[in-house]
Amino acid sequence: MLTRGETIRAIAGGVSSLAGIALFAAAGVAALLATGLSQAASPLLDPYILGVLRFTLLQAVLSSALSVAVAVPLARAMARQPRFPGRIWILRLMGVPLGLPVIIGALGLIAVWGQHGWVNRLLVALGLDQPVSIYGLTGILLAHVFFNFPLATRLLLASLERLPGEYWLIASNLGMKPRTLFRLVEWPAMRSQIPAIAGLILMLAATSFTLVLLLGGGPAATTLEVAIYQALRFDFDPPRAVALALIQIGMTALILIVLQFFGGAASEGATLGRPPERPDGQTSAARLLDAGLILPATAFLLFPLAAVVIGGLQADLLRLIADPMLHRAVLTSLLIALPAGLLAVLLAYSISSARFALLSRKGQPMVFERMANLTSALASLILLVPPTVLGTGWFLIAGPANMDRLAPFLIAGINGLMAFPFVLRVIDPALTSHRERTLRLCASLGITGLNRWRQVDWPGLKTPLLTAFTFAAALSLGDLGVVALFGSDQLVTLPWLLYSRMGSYRTDDAAGLALILGLLCLFLMVLGTASRTPTERASP
Amino acid sequence: MTARMHFLISRLPLAIAAAITLSAPALGADKELTIYTYESFTAEWGPGPQVKAAFEKTCGCTVNYVSAADGVALLSRLKLEGAATKADIVLGLDTNLISEAKQTGLFEAHGIEAKDVSVPGDFKDDVFLPYDYGHFAVVYDTQTMKNPPQSLKELVEGDPNQKIAIEDPRTSTPGLGLLLWVKSVYGDKAPEAWGKLKNRVLTVTPGWSEAYGLFTKGEVPMVLSYVTSPAYHIDQEKTERYQAASFSEGHYIQIEVAGMTKGSHDKTLSRDFLRFMISPAFQDIIPTTNWMMPAAKMSKPLPAAFDKLVVPSKTFLMSADEVAANRKAWVEEWLNAMSLH
Repeated sequence: MLTRGETIRAIAGGVSSLAGIALFAAAGVAALLATGLSQAASPLLDPYILGVLRFTLLQAVLSSALSVAVAVPLARAMARQPRFPGRIWILRLMGVPLGLPVIIGALGLIAVWGQHGWVNRLLVALGLDQPVSIYGLTGILLAHVFFNFPLATRLLLASLERLPGEYWLIASNLGMKPRTLFRLVEWPAMRSQIPAIAGLILMLAATSFTLVLLLGGGPAATTLEVAIYQALRFDFDPPRAVALALIQIGMTALILIVLQFFGGAASEGATLGRPPERPDGQTSAARLLDAGLILPATAFLLFPLAAVVIGGLQADLLRLIADPMLHRAVLTSLLIALPAGLLAVLLAYSISSARFALLSRKGQPMVFERMANLTSALASLILLVPPTVLGTGWFLIAGPANMDRLAPFLIAGINGLMAFPFVLRVIDPALTSHRERTLRLCASLGITGLNRWRQVDWPGLKTPLLTAFTFAAALSLGDLGVVALFGSDQLVTLPWLLYSRMGSYRTDDAAGLALILGLLCLFLMVLGTASRTPTERASP
Repeated sequence: MTARMHFLISRLPLAIAAAITLSAPALGADKELTIYTYESFTAEWGPGPQVKAAFEKTCGCTVNYVSAADGVALLSRLKLEGAATKADIVLGLDTNLISEAKQTGLFEAHGIEAKDVSVPGDFKDDVFLPYDYGHFAVVYDTQTMKNPPQSLKELVEGDPNQKIAIEDPRTSTPGLGLLLWVKSVYGDKAPEAWGKLKNRVLTVTPGWSEAYGLFTKGEVPMVLSYVTSPAYHIDQEKTERYQAASFSEGHYIQIEVAGMTKGSHDKTLSRDFLRFMISPAFQDIIPTTNWMMPAAKMSKPLPAAFDKLVVPSKTFLMSADEVAANRKAWVEEWLNAMSLH
């Protein structure tokens, strides 16, 4: 039970976070709209835009569905096999795509799947003469699954790992078959998270820009984000950019609302904190099946990353590492990414706390509950406001004279906002389950306020909070979009440096920097999993 | 119009603040010149650092750079800043952007007699002065391509299994360059040409970096780049593996220009810089830092790597006004031709 004061504080905190996000977005958009009326003679919804809209949604829905379809069996396999060599490293590697600039990930994918990639070379060696071409919808889906299934898997795995250890004991006593166990225990736990995860991936895919153009094979594959960029940068028609962004937000919001009905609430089982010993995955059939899922998925994740490493090792790494430009860029990147991560965690924590406070009050009307659920989903729509739109709007508000001083704060702020929807997916289910399990006991023992935070909440939430923080920091670390808007000579981040070398023939340097950036992300992920208990780590 | 006015008025205090902070150092012994440019100009290996050092030797001033991602972003930034801009000089627009740049009303005629400037295509303008140029070209990998196309026609009609990576005209200047090149050669028949070329296009990337990245990774044997691209590989990497194909119809040109702003706080200094820009001291720096051709006389011959470059037989250049008037229609035409199956 939360005390009355705690409930009010939690709700107030959540409401101010939501208001802050909404105001920040609205101010940016308003500043852009104030630049004047649209000069475009062509109507907004011409056949071109309608075609683009159709393609945007099609590829986004498919990307999201495929990523989740891969993640569900994989998360179950990982959960059933809590102990095998390298498991923790697979989990860590799964965080790396988050922090890779898309162009680097894409070049890694092309090294494996491209015209002259490893797969095609293998096929040719096997006697096939026609190479497999991924350019088109296939390539876009392949890339979106590569970037997003690791995230989905980690989130689903977390939902399985949160299940009370007692479940497995009872299931084993009852002699439940794996299929029954999946239907009664595992699937309900994962299903409650799927709308949120699928929604997140949908938004990421809908706003994809570089990947869609690069792997789409031609302008038939165009997302609204491309049209927005075109309107803002090439045609300089800010109102049109805003109108397109609003269409994007509206359409995706509709899909998110529909997804909400798929969910079904998770029921939180009481637990004495028994470690999740799972006897069910230890038969040879189960091991074989799980290995059959984990190995190919790991290979799919690992090969493009390996291509990035191989490319990086060909660079003159010693010279790069000794370069003071790199030291400055790493420092700048971290000084932006760490506060951005913190901001994302604070926003998600306060909104999640408020949602729990609202829902845990007895005798709540159903409508209220749905609304509370929807609010946090809608807050994530911030992800659909193109960073170019937000950034340009805030550039106008700040004014050129103040830009040099304000740019780092704006970049960290926008990065934090963009990472917040990810972080919410990590924190929200963990927080809800933690509160359900501990609040009653805390209330009866009279542990409240700071004491409860120190003795109960921090130990219980440390792992998800750290995971969330490192996810957000990695996202910000790999961000180029926002930085490119403000970037000046005083503000060079690692992706900016990388891109700038790529843009002036220095592809080897860029590959080397990509390796360094990838290692930084991996380091963050190691940090994020550092607080896992030995059973959670389950490394031998 | 009213919305625009409101916007300007609400920004007035900022403009004043900017004017004050800028004029303060000008009262002292040291003058300042703020140059807005693109990022690869100011990069440590770009022309920027050397240009700054060379100009500061003679001007008794300090040069400050503010850099945008590319020429298009540079113009967007200027439009966003309007009259409040800190820029004295804007360097890095190309000929296709000139018309739009003039419409901002932020630029002032340079009033410099540019008799030393010589660029193909007889470009002359009273507001913008060229500082370098480069012809677009299809660059190919000699290891995987033994018979490169000899003309745009051969590129369009050649073996569809030999792919090229091109840039998107909606998001990049080289992409727009290819669009104008095809238009210059094919005229009204451009959609048909694109309909055929489409089969050779592996993919259309958002910018030059991505396309060139695909090319150097060996994913495509051809890429749309510049005649000068091989010079980088010859000079820096000591390899002649990558070559530009010479097209018999001729090549479309990209001319990079600079101009001074009306709001410049020291117009004498701005003009001095523009004069310096077309002098050998500046031009000597350009070839091996920006990997483009100098737009005026150098004090020494071009580096050896440049002797091996293709010399286009004919130069295509459409006027900035013609491009500005037709760009949207032509991009739409391109979209239709490329999207049809």
